[in-house]
Amino acid sequence: MEIVLAILTGILYTAGAYMILRRSILKFIIGIIFLSNATNLLVFISAGIIAGSPVFVQHSTNKNPLADPLPQALVLTAIVIGFGIVVFTLALKYKYFSATGTDDLDQLKKTDE
Amino acid sequence: MYVVLPILIPFAFIILFILVRDLHYSKWLSLAGSVMLLLVSVYLFIQTSIHGIQVLHVGGWKAPFGITIVIDTFAGLMLIVSSVIILTISIYSFGYVERKHPYHRFYLFFYSLIMGVNGAFITGDAFNLYVWFEVILMSSFVLITLGSSKAQLEGGIKYMALNLLGSLFFLAGLGLLYGKTGTLNMAHLANILRHDEQAILMNSSAILFFVAFGIKAAVFPMFFWLPASYHTANITITSLFAGLLTKVGVYTMIRFFTLFFIQDQTFWHTILLVIAGFTMLIGGLAASSQYETRKILSYHIISQIGYMIMGLGIFTPLALAGAIFFTLHNMIAKTNTFLISGVISRLKGTYYLKDIGGLYKQSPLLAVLFIIPAFALAGFPPLSGFFAKFILIKAGIEDSHYFITAVAVLTGILTLYSMIKIWNEAFLKKQPGSSSIPVKSVRLTWPDILPSSILGVMSILLGIFAGKFFTFCIQAADQLINPLQYIDAVLR
Repeated sequence: MEIVLAILTGILYTAGAYMILRRSILKFIIGIIFLSNATNLLVFISAGIIAGSPVFVQHSTNKNPLADPLPQALVLTAIVIGFGIVVFTLALKYKYFSATGTDDLDQLKKTDE
Repeated sequence: MYVVLPILIPFAFIILFILVRDLHYSKWLSLAGSVMLLLVSVYLFIQTSIHGIQVLHVGGWKAPFGITIVIDTFAGLMLIVSSVIILTISIYSFGYVERKHPYHRFYLFFYSLIMGVNGAFITGDAFNLYVWFEVILMSSFVLITLGSSKAQLEGGIKYMALNLLGSLFFLAGLGLLYGKTGTLNMAHLANILRHDEQAILMNSSAILFFVAFGIKAAVFPMFFWLPASYHTANITITSLFAGLLTKVGVYTMIRFFTLFFIQDQTFWHTILLVIAGFTMLIGGLAASSQYETRKILSYHIISQIGYMIMGLGIFTPLALAGAIFFTLHNMIAKTNTFLISGVISRLKGTYYLKDIGGLYKQSPLLAVLFIIPAFALAGFPPLSGFFAKFILIKAGIEDSHYFITAVAVLTGILTLYSMIKIWNEAFLKKQPGSSSIPVKSVRLTWPDILPSSILGVMSILLGIFAGKFFTFCIQAADQLINPLQYIDAVLR
């Protein structure tokens, strides 16, 4: 299972890196979403995937390794933060588009003058 | 219990600012809140110097499992200085936050930024630090685009793009670190990694954290978001960012690279020194080519970050004390110069040096207020910057890092050059006659003068009582270089 998720993480990172190099602001934001999800997956599989084991049971006689709940808690926080940020970037993009009518990152030269 | 107050007070005020919609009351509330924060930080600092490192296990969960709040001397010093800056910004905002549509929400996001900054200073948990970084990031996104002008939206997009990538690097680093060590409590991590033999394995996490904090701190190859966005926002917000944001990045970098990424020292310290040298030089050179006060000062922030990283790269107790001294001095003086540039633009209606002149005749008081932080930044003897640079350069020579020391001295000259440029153009030169901006007769009021006076007096006092202040910095550096005290305090 880990190997599949690891490959998926790699694909998402590649796609994200490709997308943030595009000229369109919207595609850039899609790239951020890809990268953010790739990072979430990375955190998720960081403790290993242990199937069919409880997280923590008191006085347990179970000899199998216990599942680690912490990365899931971390990734939940990270997903929520990621949602908030994506919403803000989309709002910013909308505002910028209605102010200037362009979606082209190469037009962002005003602040460098 | 008191330990968590630097987070709780801003949180209470965020709720208040949701309820209180009137700008007039908000201003006074914000002033009250910043005074409270200052008192609490001074109290906490006294507690740390009497009773040692202050620790709170939130919710009663013992150290490696729960979130820990830790205040050592370094965090205490940062809290005090950031509270002073917050107080001055609160006073300054009386005159500069307009009674217009978007700005009436300024204080809400101002306090959420404060909550994030204070949280980042005092947290003892790496993932919690990530959350505080996101709090800072979200509130700074809103603050930087608060006016919704074209330039602000454009600056906001650039600021957002690089800083988001930075926090993704941070999160990826956390994931790898957790996978390798099974903990994210900073003291516990330090305890595990101190006896670690396979240093090379940690470098993959360390580089991710380094890139993340490097983007936040605006070091050499990753600083491009800063000069592209800082000058677009309202000057109150720019001053606040200049004083606090990049320094949070420096603070966490110093924290991480003294507490647990200490396995591969020769490799990391070489990288840090090379980057410090480039940051200083490129920032200084770029600043000297600009003619807009806010842009000069923005590039100048970058150049000063280099000194702090240099102190971390030399990594002796003296150098770390110098880096801490420099960070605190720089927060005060840098905010002050931005505040003055706001006052200049209020008097003259522009930030472009070519259209400004004759301020020395028009307002000698403003000239005095400008010359104090400018000379402090350039490093003139009775002021704070002299001692900060002196300690760093002495540490560099003692540890025979001659090249970086030479770069630091050279950058000092570049700093002096850009400060003298502002002084000559804005204060000494005659008002250019061809200026298209109509001369307004604006009287300076107390929100213009008082914040700069407070910060100027702080710069002078840090210079005069440098010996006393230096003992605090040495104490903080000692705690950083011997992390056993920190580990014992948390895991006891």
